[in-house]
Order: sequence, then C-alpha cells, then structure tokens
Amino acid sequence: MNELAFFIDYSRCIGCQACVQACEECDTHRGRSMIHLEVIERGDSVQTAPQVCMHCEDPICARVCPADAIKQTPDGVTQSSLKPRCIGCSNCVLACPFGVPRYFAELDQMMKCDYCYDRTSVGLRPMCATVCPSQALAFTTLTEIERTRNGKAVNRWVFGEEVVKTKVYVIVPETAQEVRPDLVQLAGTRTHPAPHAPYDVAALLEATSP
Amino acid sequence: MARLPIPVEELVARHGPHANRLPLGGWTSRGEPDRIVKTHCCFCGQQCGIQLKVKNEQVVGFEPWEDFPFNRGKLCPKGVKRYLQDASPDRLLAPLERVEGVGFREANWDTVLDRTAREIRRIQGAYGDDAFAILTGASLTNEKAYLMGKFARVAVRTSNIDYNGRLCMVSAAAASKKVFGIDRSANPWSDIAKAEAILVAGANIGECAPITTDYLWQARERGARIVVLDPRLTPIARTVDLFIPVRPGGDIGVFNAMLHVMIERGWVDRRFLAEHTTGWEKVEAAVGRYTPEVGAKIAGVPASLIVKAAEIWGPARTSFLLHARGIEHHSKGVDNCLAALNLVLATGRIGREGCGYAMVTGQGNGQGAREQGGKCDQLPGSRDLENPDHRRYIAEVWRVPESSIPHKGLSAVPLVDAIHEGRIKGLLLLCFNPLVSLPDQSYVREALERLEYFAVIDFFLSETARHADVVLPGSLMEEDEGTTTNVEGRVIRHRQAVRPPGGAREDWRIVCDLASRLGVADKFAFSSPRAIFDELRVASRGGVSDYAGITWERIEAENGIFWPCPALDHPGTPRLYEGSRFGHSDGKAHLQAVEWRPSAEEPDGDYPIILTTGRVVAHYLSGSQTRRIGGLVDQTPEPWCELHPRLAASLGVNSGDFVRLASRRGEIVVHALVTTTIRPDTVFVPYHWPLDRAANRLTNRALDPISHIPEFKICAVRVSRANRPDDSLARLAPEAGGVV
Repeated sequence: MNELAFFIDYSRCIGCQACVQACEECDTHRGRSMIHLEVIERGDSVQTAPQVCMHCEDPICARVCPADAIKQTPDGVTQSSLKPRCIGCSNCVLACPFGVPRYFAELDQMMKCDYCYDRTSVGLRPMCATVCPSQALAFTTLTEIERTRNGKAVNRWVFGEEVVKTKVYVIVPETAQEVRPDLVQLAGTRTHPAPHAPYDVAALLEATSP
Repeated sequence: MARLPIPVEELVARHGPHANRLPLGGWTSRGEPDRIVKTHCCFCGQQCGIQLKVKNEQVVGFEPWEDFPFNRGKLCPKGVKRYLQDASPDRLLAPLERVEGVGFREANWDTVLDRTAREIRRIQGAYGDDAFAILTGASLTNEKAYLMGKFARVAVRTSNIDYNGRLCMVSAAAASKKVFGIDRSANPWSDIAKAEAILVAGANIGECAPITTDYLWQARERGARIVVLDPRLTPIARTVDLFIPVRPGGDIGVFNAMLHVMIERGWVDRRFLAEHTTGWEKVEAAVGRYTPEVGAKIAGVPASLIVKAAEIWGPARTSFLLHARGIEHHSKGVDNCLAALNLVLATGRIGREGCGYAMVTGQGNGQGAREQGGKCDQLPGSRDLENPDHRRYIAEVWRVPESSIPHKGLSAVPLVDAIHEGRIKGLLLLCFNPLVSLPDQSYVREALERLEYFAVIDFFLSETARHADVVLPGSLMEEDEGTTTNVEGRVIRHRQAVRPPGGAREDWRIVCDLASRLGVADKFAFSSPRAIFDELRVASRGGVSDYAGITWERIEAENGIFWPCPALDHPGTPRLYEGSRFGHSDGKAHLQAVEWRPSAEEPDGDYPIILTTGRVVAHYLSGSQTRRIGGLVDQTPEPWCELHPRLAASLGVNSGDFVRLASRRGEIVVHALVTTTIRPDTVFVPYHWPLDRAANRLTNRALDPISHIPEFKICAVRVSRANRPDDSLARLAPEAGGVV
C-alpha cells in the first residue's frame, strides 16, 4: 500500500502530450517517445488516452519472443529488448494486448516503456508521471490514491478467456473489480457501438430539458 | 523605411523560423550536466518551476522541480521542450541593419545604438515628442517592464508606450479594478481545490493553463461540481458536470440569467451585499429582465442549461470562478467579466478558503508586467498616470520634475492606428510580434511600412522584426535574471542559466545604453536587474501592487511572495479580501449592473459564420519561440479550421480538405477538421501562425471601450472548400507559414 506505483486515470487526460514530449528526452532513447497518446475519435470527441507499458506480471511480449530478448527485472519491470538478441521480428509488437512495444527500423530493435528504470530504480518518479499536468498519469502510493481519488485502482484485465495482471494500475468506477475491454469496434466499421459516448454540441443545443 | 528588404521567402530561408529538434551538441554528447539551475518556465502566466541543465555554458535539457509548490514538477509540452530554443540556428548573435535588396547586414553595437538614439531625437524634433512610440510585452520580467516604462517617460519622453498585455489581460484587469479596487486574482490556486462549485468561463484550461487542470480535478475528487462555458467542447469540458456551449459573445446571457434564477431561489447573501458592497440594487434590477429564456436567446443555448448552472453555483457553500480570454476578448470584454464577478459577490463567497475567483493570466508575466508602469495610462505600483499624487511620488523616485512625465498616451491598437495615419513615425519594439498577434494583419503591415524608423530588440527575427531598420539581439529568459509575478500574484525569481550567446546582450543593458545615449545615463545607472528591482520596490511602495517588502532572498526562501507585501516583516498576501475588506477607499466591493449588447461584427448574409480564435497547448502566443522548437512543431505544425459536421455538410467540406476563410479584412487557407465538438454556427482557428495562415488576417480591430482589448473571439466569415494552395508562401515550412 505504501510502495510507489503507477496509476492511470483516463478521465483526467487533456491530450496535451507533455508525457510524449518528456519521454523523448530520456538519454536512453534520445528523441524517441515510448509512450502512446491515443486520440480516440477526434470527429466526435476530444478524448485522448495515454498508454504506458502496463508491465504484466507474466509479460506476453517476453513469452512470445523467439530470441529471448525481453527481460523482466526482479521487481517486475519489463524492459526494452536486448539489442544483441533482438531479431526485429515484431512478435512482441503483435502480441501485446496493450499495443505498447514498437519496432524501430532504423535501430532494428524493439523498444518500449521501461517504467523509467533509470529514474524509478533510484527513487525518482517516471518522467511522464512527473510532468503530467492533469495527473492522469500518477506515480504515488495506493494509500495516497485511495485518500485523494474517487473510483478504484485495479490491475486485473480480462481479455475474453485471458486474464492479465499488471504492475500498473488504472482507475475505474468504484463498482468495478477488473477491466474488461470487450471488443466493441473493429477499425473503420460502425457495426458495433462506439467505445465512448459521442459528444455532439448540436445535440446539446437542441436539448429541451436537463 | 519599414518594408521587407528582400522577399519573405528569402528572409525565412536565412532567419527562420526553422524547427530545431536537437539539443545543443546532439543527443549523444549531453552526459551529466555541469550544473542544474532552478528557475521558471517562460511560457504562460502559471510560471511553473523548472530546472535547466547546463553543460559547457549551454542549456542542454531540463529536470522537473518537484519542490516548487505551484506545479510540483508538472510541466506542459512547452515547458518540457522550452530548453530547445537555446539551440535554435535562428538565434540572433549580432546587431543587424536593414539593407535594401540585400537583407540584413551585421553591424556593431555602437553603430546601431547611436543610430537609434539619433533617429529617436530626429523624429521627435521634426514631429513632436509623441511621434516616437514604444511597444513592449507581458513576457518581460518585472524589472524590464519597469525599465521600459521609465525609459519611455524619462529617456525618450514620449507618452506613447503600451504593451501586448493589451491583447491579453486588460479586460480582466479593468473589471477587477472597478469592482474590487485591485487588479489581481483574488486567491492562491490552492483555493481552487477546496471549492464545491467551480465555474470556468471562457478558459480552455487544458490547453492554455494545463497545470491548472490538476487543481480542477483535485476539487472534483473532493466532490466539486464544475461548469464550463465555451463555444467548443474543450478537453476539460469533456468530463465536467455541465458544459454550456455558449455562442461567442453570448456570455452575459448566461451570467445574468444565472443570477436571475439565484435571486428567485434565494441563493444570494443579502446580508453580505448590504454590509460589504455597493450597487446591488442596480444589478438586481438589471438581471430582473434576464429570465432563463431571455438569457438563453442571447447565449444561443437551451434555458435548461442556464438553470442547471444556477442550481450548481447558487446553493454551494464554497465556490471559485475562473475566467479567461474567452469572455475577455470582446468589445464588451470588461462587461462580460463584470457580469461574471456579480455571481461571485451575490453569494458573498470571496476572501475565504475555497471561495473566490481568478483570471487565468495568459502571458509569462501577464500579471507583473501590467503593474510596473509599462501601460499607456499607468505608473509603477499600479499607479494612475493622471493622479497628481502618484505622479509626484514617482517623479521623486525617478529624480525628475513631475511636469516632465508625459501624460496618458495611446494603447496598443490605437497606437498602430496612429502609425497608419502618420502621427507616429518611429517605433521601438521589444517582446511583441504584432504581425502575428494583432487583429487585421493587412492593416498592421501597412502601418509598419509607413514608419520612418523601426528598431526591434529580439532574440529571433520575428515576423515583425523582418520590417525593422535595425535589430538589436536581446536575451531569452534563461539568459538573464529577474522576477515575474505568476497567475496567483506570487512574485517569483527567474535565475540566469547562461550568458547571452555571441554578440547578444541582456535586454536591460541594451535599454540602459540607449538611455545613456539619450542623455540620461545617471537615471539608468543600473548595475544589474537586482538594482532595477530595488528601485521598483521603492517605486511600488504604497501603491496597490506593493513590492516594498519583497527581496530576491525572501523569494528564494519562501517559494515566492504574494503582493501586496509592504514591509520586510510582512508575510505577503496569498488571499485578498479576507474579512470582506475590499480595495476601494470605502472598503466595499462595487457591483456593476451589466446589459448585453451585440458584438461589433455579427454574422450576416454576406459573412454568415462566426469565427472564434484561440490557442493550442503546443504553442505560445505569436509562436516566434515555439515555432522554432521541433517537438512542438511536430505536435501542432499548422493551424486548422474546426467546424461541425452539419456546417461542413452544407459547405461540402470533409475533414482534411482545405478551406478558404474570408472576412471583410482578409482571407486564409487552412486544413479543415470536421468534429461535433464545436457549435454548428461557429468555426475555430488557432492564431499562432503568420502570413496566409494567420487567423488574425480575418479578425476585427473593434475594441472594448474601457480596456481597449480587440475582439479576437468573434468576427464574421465566409467558409468555402479550396484547393491545396501552391503559392510560394504555402510552400514554406509550416512553422514559417506554409501548409503541411
């Protein structure tokens, strides 16, 4: 409860990209950002979602790596691929349920968010969570989160049959026990409900009662 | 002679803006810094604490400053990438002189300073003292803002000095002064998090004051309900309790009708109003006519939303109002603020923990730079230029005869009018880029081209500096030291991280050297910014913004000090109006009744669509700095026109198409972004870009009669689908005004 941990609260995100810009500044990846800032559907929302590596307890990226290039630290941080081992096959890129690892062709290597290991291993906060203006990304203790935030921090994800437990928490409504990101929409189709409530200013203006 | 010496495309090729993506020395050689300097971000009025890494006497990176209480390490993308401006290839390293047909030629300091002093006196001799004008900016330190005011009145002896805060804080300032007698946010930001109800009026917090977002969300975690008024669904509006998509210029409809409902339901504090305010009867009578239905018609929103807002604001025990340019950039900007402040006073919720209001200051020193005498009607300490006692006091501090201090001059936009009309012939410009930031760009360019002599102090050759006769290379914030006053009224200290590179010099040295050439060396014998600050403290003593008790040492020891701070043993004043004591001589707050009136240019048959303009998170003001920082350019390379699918369908426009926007003053071509997050009668274009991508080619020079702020937030335009522009300007890099 009093250990420092990483929390994401998507309802706070303002899409400013401070996290992306700050991540680029790391001396280990020099101008390349390891964080993804997803713009959900700009045509009918301003919603954005930052995606850091969730650091699975049993990392799928490492399991599928044919070169055994992806290592987990004893404290549960999944690192970028080891350069001498990475064969650039992108198995990890395809396998990650969160879409985190990226293959950089110019380096012929997969790199990913490593929890700012150079900072967190010496007691500093990760750069993205330190600068995040909205504190949608927060690096603090579970006790502090419970004291200062509504909702509940969970780290259990259910993808169909597969259950993934992560080092990183997300903040969800009080009633939820886990996150079930059901497949609601295929790219480019409108056959399933949209993954968010649409925000139509015109509809708001036409409302006659509150 | 203020025409471009060579075509703009050639000037861009030589002087930029070029987007720089690499730290000095590149990524690989940064290594461990030689030192880390605790200072503040130069972009925006929040003035976040930041640490700059210095290696080999160059700024090479940053580290969050987690102990500084305002932002606790938090930074927006501008703060993160700010250090990269130091590595810009466009940095001016020597004085430049305009050469027709050739461009700009390097010159030595004596030549350009002698020439500038000579031209000031020549123009004043031929056309009168006021024919030479000075325009400055609200990104200057308090020391530099003070110095410029004194320079204008004592060295140049012109009444015509004003600043670009005229485009920013003046409506809020005038309203606060009228109602409370003091022009400052009333509370420290920590009070936001303690409010039960929060009204955000015309403030795109997520993009223009990003760090403030966390204060809003802290309040929400504690149960606060938040109302946002904006024509666009902004990033914070997405998840607040109530979003009111007000029609640009319709804000008074919401404010007055909210107050109408609050009176009906008994949600006003009549005892407070009777004991601590004047003017309530007139306000009550005025809002009597503003039923929710009347307000709704003015605001262009359903009446139910206004009632709901009153139901959130009215009965709350604590509350906080935040307002910004969305309600202030209007020809009724002051009235908009007055109507909003009535909501604060009617409830008596001010001057206590979690109760109050703030104006969200836009520019780096938007608060401090408007207190030190750099405005056309003001002397240091927020003193009044036309008050005989104030004049006498400052004359004593300056050791000049009171009669030698010029009287009130022209504010920024009328000052440009006077240049256009030939009444002002010479101009010294510092920290201002009117060829992006002023409305009606074609008119501004015509005006500048009529100047007989134009000198600019800047660190980059801005769009405006291209028109100069001489350019004097000045300093970035990290190359000088001094103080600023943040959005809360907290005076903080910027430390010098590095010396200005090459032949560039600290701005204050340039100005003092010019003063010396104008024959008043003894009045400008400052050895450092600290010496200027010490004179400023004396000049502000007894004024509204009293800095007398603030020293640089105290700022450092106490993480900044809130003015007024009249004595060394005074703790400063984080929260104004405690005990309901207001700034007027009667100790009361003066409510002002406000009637709505139309904007200067409403849409009509010829120009049927409302244009509103604003900022994006990746850029700062005219973009002269941020359009040179690669990461920020990549995040937002060019402006766009945001429009609702219904409007887009009627125009045959799809997202990604080019559209032409035309107003009575000019036209631009930009990409379209079709989205449901904006009112169908309104389009939005951000303003940070120049030339044919400048939103301010379209905007209107109409001014608020009191504050003289231009009406950036509403003008009338036509929008039509356009082909990709293929002229030489469109082919420039987007940071220079081209298209992606």
